[in-house]
Amino acid sequence: MSDATRDRILARLQGAPRRETPRPEMPPPLAPDADRGARIARLKALMEAMRAEVHEVAAAQWLPRLQELLRKRSLQTLVYAPETSIGAALRAAWEEDSSGLPALVPYDRPVEAFKETLFEADAAITTAAGALADVGALVLRPDAQEPRLMSLVPPVHIALLAADQIYPSLGDAMRAGRWSEDMPTNLLLVSGPSKTADIELTLAFGVHGPKELIVLLLE
Amino acid sequence: MAPETFEQSAERALADAQLRKNFAFAMGSFILKRQAVFSDVEETERLRTLGNAIKQRALSRLPELLQQLEAACTRNGIRVHWAETTAIANRIVLEIVESHAASRVVKGKSMVSEEMHLNAFLGSHGIDAIETDLGEFIIQLNGEKPSHIIVPAIHKNKAQIAAIFHEKVPGAPYTEEVAELNAIARRTLRRRFYEAGIGLSGVNFAVAETGTLCLVENEGNGRMCTTVPAVHIAVMGLEKVVEKLEDLPPLLRLLTGSATGQLVTTYVNLITSPRREGEKDGPREVHLVILDNGRSRIYQDPQLRQTLLCVRCGTCLNHCPVYTRIGGHAYGFVYPGPIGKVLTPQVEGLEKAGELAFASSLCGACEEVCPVKIPLPALLRRLRDESYSAAPDGAAVPGRGCRQNLAERLAWKGWEILNTHPRLNRLVTALLGKVGDCLPLGGPLERWTRYRSEPVFADRSLQRRVREEGIPDE
Amino acid sequence: MSLAFTKPSKVYFFGTCLIDAFYPDAGVAAIRLIEREGVRVVFPTGQSCCGQPAYNSGFPDQARAVARQQLRTFRQDIPIVVPSGSCAGMMKHHYPELFAGTEAEAAARAFAGRVFEWSEFMVRVLGVRYTDRGAPIRVTWHSSCHAMREMKIVEFSKQLIRQLGNVELAELAHERECCGFGGTFSIKHPAISGALVNDKVDDIQRTGAARVIAGDCGCLMNISGASRQRGLPFEAQHLAEFIWERTHGT
Repeated sequence: MSDATRDRILARLQGAPRRETPRPEMPPPLAPDADRGARIARLKALMEAMRAEVHEVAAAQWLPRLQELLRKRSLQTLVYAPETSIGAALRAAWEEDSSGLPALVPYDRPVEAFKETLFEADAAITTAAGALADVGALVLRPDAQEPRLMSLVPPVHIALLAADQIYPSLGDAMRAGRWSEDMPTNLLLVSGPSKTADIELTLAFGVHGPKELIVLLLE
Repeated sequence: MAPETFEQSAERALADAQLRKNFAFAMGSFILKRQAVFSDVEETERLRTLGNAIKQRALSRLPELLQQLEAACTRNGIRVHWAETTAIANRIVLEIVESHAASRVVKGKSMVSEEMHLNAFLGSHGIDAIETDLGEFIIQLNGEKPSHIIVPAIHKNKAQIAAIFHEKVPGAPYTEEVAELNAIARRTLRRRFYEAGIGLSGVNFAVAETGTLCLVENEGNGRMCTTVPAVHIAVMGLEKVVEKLEDLPPLLRLLTGSATGQLVTTYVNLITSPRREGEKDGPREVHLVILDNGRSRIYQDPQLRQTLLCVRCGTCLNHCPVYTRIGGHAYGFVYPGPIGKVLTPQVEGLEKAGELAFASSLCGACEEVCPVKIPLPALLRRLRDESYSAAPDGAAVPGRGCRQNLAERLAWKGWEILNTHPRLNRLVTALLGKVGDCLPLGGPLERWTRYRSEPVFADRSLQRRVREEGIPDE
Repeated sequence: MSLAFTKPSKVYFFGTCLIDAFYPDAGVAAIRLIEREGVRVVFPTGQSCCGQPAYNSGFPDQARAVARQQLRTFRQDIPIVVPSGSCAGMMKHHYPELFAGTEAEAAARAFAGRVFEWSEFMVRVLGVRYTDRGAPIRVTWHSSCHAMREMKIVEFSKQLIRQLGNVELAELAHERECCGFGGTFSIKHPAISGALVNDKVDDIQRTGAARVIAGDCGCLMNISGASRQRGLPFEAQHLAEFIWERTHGT
């Protein structure tokens, strides 16, 4: 049935009078901010305006800074990706001293066997594949090691972003990463904690996605 | 009982002071937000021109791109279904749901699913379709339809929503605090996401080049619906396909800025395949249902085809002085506002929905802000022409000529004769100058004088005055 | 101030059907103000309506017939000055579409190229300079939708008003919103049109202006009709009439 429908629809479309219009010229790639500081500042300003927390930290210091942030909050569990290098680093650090810190929970099995744990977890930590300075958003590329639901289900999402992965715009990120050649299962832009303005256009944060987004911007 | 005409529903809405207040506030806010995010006039104009060019290109290659999309999606593991009518689309969704022995579906917001009347259809087959977008959730609780393309519950204020939650959500206290209302919705729906076996969503753009579905949202419910359940069904109108991935950045800027005045939504969700080998989450099955429902017929006419440029941002609604005063429900169909007035008569026919094409002063506020430059007033005018047209062949719109009537034909013929015969024109104007103010206040004149005092004919017309003042004829 | 165009020695004046029947004083004022700048004005009697009412109501054939009358009447290759943004917009932007694919297409394009809205003509072509002779007054300006969006001449109209030293120009809060006239729209959808005009009248009232000035008589008829029915004190006047009154003290 679907095939006959398909053929009829396509036949109608093909039979219509039309003339192919040319591919429009896309705007030229934005010159990346020569000043890295400016790019960082813009990303930070835009994301903070959308209630994300952005912490600039020297790359080597991300773990102690993370622990500092975690100790300030009362979180019981932190979901992490065990097979990544940051996963190994987390395990090592927690083994040394995990006082006042949430328990590390590895996302190491299919969601069918992990759902309850995931939905009850307080926080999750993932990497970010990059960020967009013009609109203020992280680029996330979940994969087999870092599953998708980590950045969605727990109420707190912590993302690690390398400062040299900040692109001027989405178009630039697409070109630099040659996205069109090989799209992953799921690619996401995340610009802050979840929000809605459906009630009298009053902005409220923390709807179905995370209530908090914490970005560790690694220099 | 005869169904209410548009004019009757409009009058009822106009008399509802609370409704008018809610809409005036909301639309005013949207106008300001859009102005703020598109403050650079030249840059905005360039972006709109680009948006129009991208969509025109996609439309000019529509059958090829749909086939390319289907091939790419299929390679990616997304199952593509075609539906000529909403009935077929509903059947397809039902079959998928039943094949998984599911009795419940969680839904992200989708105007196409409204077009399908999907919830009612599934309901009649014992399947619960649960709306998870906050606005849709609110109106579903109250048994209502959306009144706006982007913010479905905009016709409700805090107090009204508080009452709905208190009455319809088990255990919910009465509160008008937005954060608390929000929390009630989050708690209630989180359970649903957790349990759901099937999620349904719309599609903002479908990229033919890569077989990617692009969805935008702020709440996270869309990601919940498309990532937690084992099955994801995406429904889209066939005009949503775009050629290349690089088409997305300008379209996203235009859609997001126009819809909510944001630079970017909280989430932009690019879905290219179901869960792959080794991945731990994501749906195992992803289906794409491509809906026609009159779009391929609209496509036949090069001028009316521009209706299909629409990206469903809702900004034409926000800027429309008519929509602002009557709200979305008064239109009586799925899509309200200017785009609704252009689309609906073409899908439902001029007999059933043609009145909508006349319910506009052609002020052009919509055209001025449309992110893809749809010439809305020209399309409305075209639908008016079609309503009266006596042309016999190749009707572009079902119901061509349905409004033809002797009275109007004579009136316009009379107007034509008057305005093409200068001496007759001067004679009639002079006569009206003398007796015009004594004309009986009936018929069309009564419709004027309901709200305004009648216009006063000058006793000496301009034609006469210029001759008296010695202004030359040649 | 450098002028965009050279000053012509002679122009046509297209009065518009509404000015002809209801607001002839505005027409005479507009003509006199052009003549005062040393330009000869010609008013051919063959003129009538621009055709817009039929064009917008679904009767393009009748609109074309009436538009042809204007093409026939305004033959000379001289500017056509129009005291209405709405009618000027019809002629400038829609005549070419109306005659596309017909034998009159070239003539329609040529005609369209000669059309000027009155305030645009006064400011851009004639570069007028006015001295205000009137007593202090607060006014507000209402623009027709077509003047704003098609002809884009609002700034010219406001420039003329701003030249008058004793006139305070108050801006409407919802300046860009339609007054609800829309030609036959006001008859076909009276309730919606009525709601629009009443909101416009409220907006005008809130400025405290003694008078609302507009460049389009459809809007003027609509607004003044509604304000009179409500017994409101402000008056409505065409821009040309206002300028004449202020500069010549009627």
